[in-house]
Amino acid sequence: MSEHLPALQIVVPMIAAPICVLLRRRALVWPFALAAAWTSFGSSILLLRRVLQSGPWSYAMGGWAAPYGIEYRADAAGAFVVFFVAALGAIVLTYAPRSVDREIPRGKHHLFCAAYLLCMTGLQGIAITGDLFNVFVFLEISALSSYALISLGAERRALTATFQSLVMGTIGATFILIGVGLLFMMTGTLNMVDMAQRLQPEGQRTALVAFAFLSVGIATKMALFPLHLWLPNAYTYAPSVVTAFLAATSTKVSVYIGLRFIFHIFGESFAFERMPLDATLMPLALMGIVVASAVAIFQTNVKRLLAYSSIAQIGYMVLGISLATETGLTGGIVHLFNHAITKGGLFLAMGCIAYRIGSVRREDTRGLGRRMPVTMFLWVLGGLSLIGVPGTAGFVSKWYLVLGALQSGFWPVAVLLLLSSLLAVAYVWRVVETAYFREPPEGSKREEAPLSLLLPACALIAATVYFGFETSLTADVAKTAASQLLGGRP
Amino acid sequence: METLTGLFNYWIVIVLMMTGFYIAIARGHLVKKVIGLNIFQTSVFLMYITMGKVRGGTAPILKDGVETYTHPLPGVLILTAIVVGVATTAVALALIVRIKESYGTIEEDELAAADREGA
Repeated sequence: MSEHLPALQIVVPMIAAPICVLLRRRALVWPFALAAAWTSFGSSILLLRRVLQSGPWSYAMGGWAAPYGIEYRADAAGAFVVFFVAALGAIVLTYAPRSVDREIPRGKHHLFCAAYLLCMTGLQGIAITGDLFNVFVFLEISALSSYALISLGAERRALTATFQSLVMGTIGATFILIGVGLLFMMTGTLNMVDMAQRLQPEGQRTALVAFAFLSVGIATKMALFPLHLWLPNAYTYAPSVVTAFLAATSTKVSVYIGLRFIFHIFGESFAFERMPLDATLMPLALMGIVVASAVAIFQTNVKRLLAYSSIAQIGYMVLGISLATETGLTGGIVHLFNHAITKGGLFLAMGCIAYRIGSVRREDTRGLGRRMPVTMFLWVLGGLSLIGVPGTAGFVSKWYLVLGALQSGFWPVAVLLLLSSLLAVAYVWRVVETAYFREPPEGSKREEAPLSLLLPACALIAATVYFGFETSLTADVAKTAASQLLGGRP
Repeated sequence: METLTGLFNYWIVIVLMMTGFYIAIARGHLVKKVIGLNIFQTSVFLMYITMGKVRGGTAPILKDGVETYTHPLPGVLILTAIVVGVATTAVALALIVRIKESYGTIEEDELAAADREGA
């Protein structure tokens, strides 16, 4: 069994999804979907442990050896991404039954579970596969299922938001497909390791075009400023559970695809010396951080505020890539995880609020500090992690990023990073102020969210605090991953 | 002349790609956007098929006396990509139906206006 772990990681949720549709009955679907998600989580832990102990793990799908067969290849970065996607997937799905009960009609629960598991399949598949065309297929599996999930939102604006993200997502994915096609044209292979050995990008015009298409396609998928337009509405109008899961995982997985292409396939000398990727990404990342944080301050809908903050956080990750040093890259990779748990926890807390008061507008959160003390406390802790206060996970990643910027001599970047934290203080404070210092509406009483919602949210927020102190897992894995990536093409 | 005729297929790919891309971005009618996306994707299919073509090669089925075969892999890949494209179109059209039901229009600017009023 254990030697087939990389395949099982993908196959379990993939097979479970259609079974959910067949089961139909709510009483059967939820336990089944939860079992599948937690199995996936369990196997991802085993996978990560094995990869950290004995290096990259190559698995030949169906027994056909690479480069002719499809290879699944888990290295430190890939296994780490699989691990946190599975972890977030399992925790958020545990939270889901109560919240979904409120927000999605009962007849559609089995479809929700199926789409959710398919989305998990796609996101994990992207991280584990060693085949470029597979990346595209998994990308589309996760994207199509996420459109279905977003469109389940209660307001009709969820539909237009979904359509917008479908158009931009499809354009992005097709750009990636064009890039993969051009690479295939030059090398005749789709296996990443094989391609990295065959590809001589220097002085090839086709390589330049492929690189350009891939960069733009991936930037669209990860919602890098200014290609982020699909994200705020999608996150705002999707059901709470869906927002929590997608915000925590999907854009991060796209950042991971970017890492793969830049460092493994093209190699950093091509990406950063021949092509000015660092000089392109750094201003975009910084603009994204500053503009999106500033826009977040003026949002009256708290979910939309968090969505803009997500765009800013993508900026931090991309900034880590653009520094292209080990410290900077460590900061970028560790922020994938740290932001996943922080934003996941915050959106779960928003789900609790939506469950109790039926609204996520800032106006309606007046006095919530007294009405829902535990939920708001979790929200504040999550907000501190967004700001990057020491003792939270957000601090760890910002520490590495600032350190990386200083090591490379970009001290204005370091200053800007610190200033951007002030913007984060501003948008977090506006919510805190409304919740703690405004009087609750007449006749409201203390009504905390049910435990089945609070516990998963607690788990994620507790993780942000835990990983703020205990950095040996996250930062060390990220460091290993960064040095493997910078080690050049395999 | 060589670049014009020898790369004929690729010129078509570029023209289709830009046409589809333009329609998907510039048109306000949602169904037209989907058609634009389809043209855009189809151009990529054509690009893959073209690069797999070997001059004088036949279909990649083993047969005595045949030496040159067309590269089979791009065809297989595109079969998958076509399925993905069909699925995307299906999801998009289903969304359009629901948008029409709840807004009564599928023109982008009218939808935006309806959203502004609602907000």
